Formats: sequence, C-alpha cells, structure tokens
Amino acid sequence: MAKTLVQEFTKGLWEEIPPFRLVLGLCPTLAVTKSVENGIGMGVAVIFVLVCSNVLISMMRNIIPPKVRIACFIVVIATFVCVVELVMQAYTYPLFLKLGIFIPLIVVNCILLGRAEAFAFKKGVLASIADGFGIGIGYTIALAMLAAFRELFGSGNLTIWGDMKVMEVFGSSFQPFQFMVEAPGAFVCLGLMLCVMNIAGKK
Amino acid sequence: MGDYVVFIISCILVKNILLAQYLGNCPFLGTSKKMETAVGMAMAVIFVLVMAGGITWLTELYILKKYGLEYLRTIAFILVIASLVQFVEMFLKKSIPALYAGLGIFLPLITTNCAVLGVCLINVNEEYTFVKSLVSSFAYAAGFGLALILFAGVRERILLARVPKPLQDTSIGLVTAGLMSLTFFAFKGMV
Repeated sequence: MAKTLVQEFTKGLWEEIPPFRLVLGLCPTLAVTKSVENGIGMGVAVIFVLVCSNVLISMMRNIIPPKVRIACFIVVIATFVCVVELVMQAYTYPLFLKLGIFIPLIVVNCILLGRAEAFAFKKGVLASIADGFGIGIGYTIALAMLAAFRELFGSGNLTIWGDMKVMEVFGSSFQPFQFMVEAPGAFVCLGLMLCVMNIAGKK
Repeated sequence: MGDYVVFIISCILVKNILLAQYLGNCPFLGTSKKMETAVGMAMAVIFVLVMAGGITWLTELYILKKYGLEYLRTIAFILVIASLVQFVEMFLKKSIPALYAGLGIFLPLITTNCAVLGVCLINVNEEYTFVKSLVSSFAYAAGFGLALILFAGVRERILLARVPKPLQDTSIGLVTAGLMSLTFFAFKGMV
C-alpha cells in the first residue's frame, strides 16, 4: 500500500481526471454538456454508479472467476444504472427527460468498466471507494467545465440547477453562438480543452 | 418503399450516429488511426448491430412487455448484446475463419460500444416495427461506418502534417471530428 486513501482520491481530480487524462467516456461528455445542469446531473449519476459498483466488485473480487469477470462487471454496473434510472425518473423527471437515452447508456461508459478492471478488481474496499469518489468527482468537474464554456457562449446564460438560478452573464445585446451548443461545437470544444490540459499538465 | 429510402438516408446522413447523436465515440477515436482497423470496425459494427437490433426488439416484445418487466430493459439489453457478441465470435471462429480473421479482434470491443446499445434503445423507444428496426439498425451502422472510414482517411493525412505539440493525437482528432460534424450538419435540411 504505497498510496494513502487521500492520494487515491485526489488522483481522480487532476492526475487521472477522466475525459482529459484518461480519454474514456466521451459520448456522454459530448452529449450532455449543453447546459451546466445536465452536466452536473450526469456527473452525479456517474458518481453514484461508480462508487457502488467499485464497492461491490471490490468485495467480490475473490469470488469472481477471472475468466468471466467482464460479464460480471457489466451485470453489476447495469444493476446500479437501473437503480439510478428509476430514481431519476421518480424524483428529477425534467432532468431525466433531458438526459434521455444517456442514462441507460452509463452502462457502456468505458470509465466504469475501466475502473472496475484496473482498480476495484485488485484493491480493497476502502481504496475503491476513494477511487470511485475521486474519479467520479473529477468527471463531474470536467463535465461542468465543458458545459459552462459551451452554455456561456451558446446561449449567454448559465443554468446551475432548475429554473431558479439562471444567470444572465452577457447583456441582452448578446447574439448566441449557436455553433457551440450543437454537435460540432461539442467536438471542437473538447478538443481544445484537451489541448489546454496538455499544456497545463506539462512540467 | 420511398419512405424507407428517405428514412435510410436520414439515418445515415442527417441523424448520423457518431457526428449528430454523439454515440460510439470511443471506438471512433480509438480505431481510426489506420484505415485497415477502421474498415474492420465498421464491418463488425454493421454485422453485429443488425443482429442486435432484431434480437433486442424480439426480447422487448416477447419477454419484457409480456411479463411487464420494462424497467429491466437496460440490464436485459446489455446482457443480450454481450452474449450475442460472444456467440457471434465463437460461431465465426468455428465456421467462417476468413471472416473471423478480419473482424475477430473488434468483436469484444463492440459490447462496450454505446452505438450498439443506443440504437437498440432508440428502436424500442421510437416504437418501430420489426422490419423498420432492422432497417434503422442497418442504416445507423452504415452511417457509423461511413463516418469512421472518412475520419480514418483524414487522420492518416494528419499524421503527415506538423501539428503543434499540445494539440497532437486525440486533441486534433476531436477538432477534426468537429469539422466533419459541421459538414454532416449541412444535411440537416435535406429530409
């Protein structure tokens, strides 16, 4: 045990922050970052699934035969995704409608399978919880950053949560830059953010 | 018949699964560095997606709807797809080794390709008929293949260009994909 729990947690926030350093889980990253609210909602759903699946897989790592481990991981992850789907449908219905197909698609988000394979299957339960929270929160921050950038220029507003906290950043004379909230803008923004992260990460 | 032609064109170009609906981006960036792998992946996706589209549609009607288990759809679909992929892999290995040699290494990757699960879910959510599900699966997969192969061609050219260091690899790939997506965006008013 060279790394402490704190280190396992913080590595997800900078060293291995998901869509930038580990280029995984791109589809939801591109699709749900039209507004900050969607980005955070998606991030929270991923945190929940990631922590739960990490704990369960870590607890069962001595029982699961290595040959069928991928299938086992998928079943575990799919179970928690179903839970999230039903909970969101019950309590945050507007958000559920906005995220739409991307909630069930958390199942095939490579971050989850990647963490299960690379971390939870080898390490203890506590370390896996720390890793799950670290990577999950890092992912949420990344989604929120990208979403803030796109929403700010695409619509001139920032929606943090619900309809209540809408901030008018630019005045009414601002012409929304439609390109940013459409698909091409998503690709270009993420590409440029990766570039910025590459510059920032170089020592 | 004319309806189907319009529908296929709209699935391939207007609602392109990669560039307009953001599905399947991990293999899009992962397998597009070489033309060969891109063609292999495209073929494997077309092959599996048509089958998966049909089988998940039948699963939905005869198992989930029949017993009122729609809330288990995500689990059921991913299991069906994972076992289908495994089965296809074993079948090809045994009976059509030539095809297996071409597609083999891409098959395990398909289980976690969100385009496959995504299209199956779209088919069910939009309540397509069985034939229309098969057609839409094929058309979406063809759109995936088209975008992937075009992108691989561009990316092979980028290798020869002098790209600034921080932009290299995935970063320039995403910007290129953005420009391609802009091109596909132009088809929007067509259908």
